Amino acid sequence: MSLDPLHLCLLFSSALFCVGLIGALARSSTILVLLGIELMLNAANINFIAFWRYGPAPAPATGVMFVIFSIAVAAAEAAVGLALIIAVYRHQKSIRLQEANRLKG
Amino acid sequence: MIAALVIIAVITLATAAVALALRNLIHSVLLLVASWFGIAAFYLWAGAEFVAFAQVLVYVGAVSMVVLFAVLLTRRSRVETVVSPDSLSRAVSAVITGVAVFGVLATAIFGTRLTPSTAAAPTVTVRDIGTQLMGTHAAALLIIGLLLTVALLGAVVLAAQDPDETNKDAS
Repeated sequence: MSLDPLHLCLLFSSALFCVGLIGALARSSTILVLLGIELMLNAANINFIAFWRYGPAPAPATGVMFVIFSIAVAAAEAAVGLALIIAVYRHQKSIRLQEANRLKG
Repeated sequence: MIAALVIIAVITLATAAVALALRNLIHSVLLLVASWFGIAAFYLWAGAEFVAFAQVLVYVGAVSMVVLFAVLLTRRSRVETVVSPDSLSRAVSAVITGVAVFGVLATAIFGTRLTPSTAAAPTVTVRDIGTQLMGTHAAALLIIGLLLTVALLGAVVLAAQDPDETNKDAS
């Protein structure tokens, strides 16, 4: 078992992914669930950068490009998710997941 | 080199874990800002300066503000931003699931023989990134622009209130 930087980066990103997963599963506040999902997306970005830095790179900027596009998609996802939370709150007067149990407006 | 990575990882993971365990939503968001700063520090450590600054701009600047607005718009009373406690059984099963997933991932990571390149970090200047965005990845850039426009318009449509509904609430 060797602890080179690449293994450490991968361990870091999988630990961050699991923190986000636990948060998204355990909490019932919709905002915290969305933040957990954001953390999981960030963990994926860390993997991209780790493999860009230490992997055999065919093109020097591929990993950076991928992370930039991934951050843009994550920002769009956050905006739509929070708008959904506000729309659900207007109908149910609550952001608890247990009470948001119908899709009919 | 390794010590810096360990410190960054510990700070990021600790702030993220505490943020997702707190009951006050505002404290959670502010702690997650610290966690996103930690991730930006990791990008700087790995030599991806542009991505680090994009992370700070997008997450620390924009996403945190949007989340704070959502917290303030969806609170029950004027001062309270504390959510009621969650069920313990769900928390326990979530932790068990998370630890199991981490176990699987860690086993896979240590079971794989990776050959990390010992070369210095590839230098990617902002000029290179701009040239690649406008050249090789021009189609992807256009699609991302379209996606962001559609997503933000959709967010406005979702969050906007119907005028009829406002009248109904008032009457």
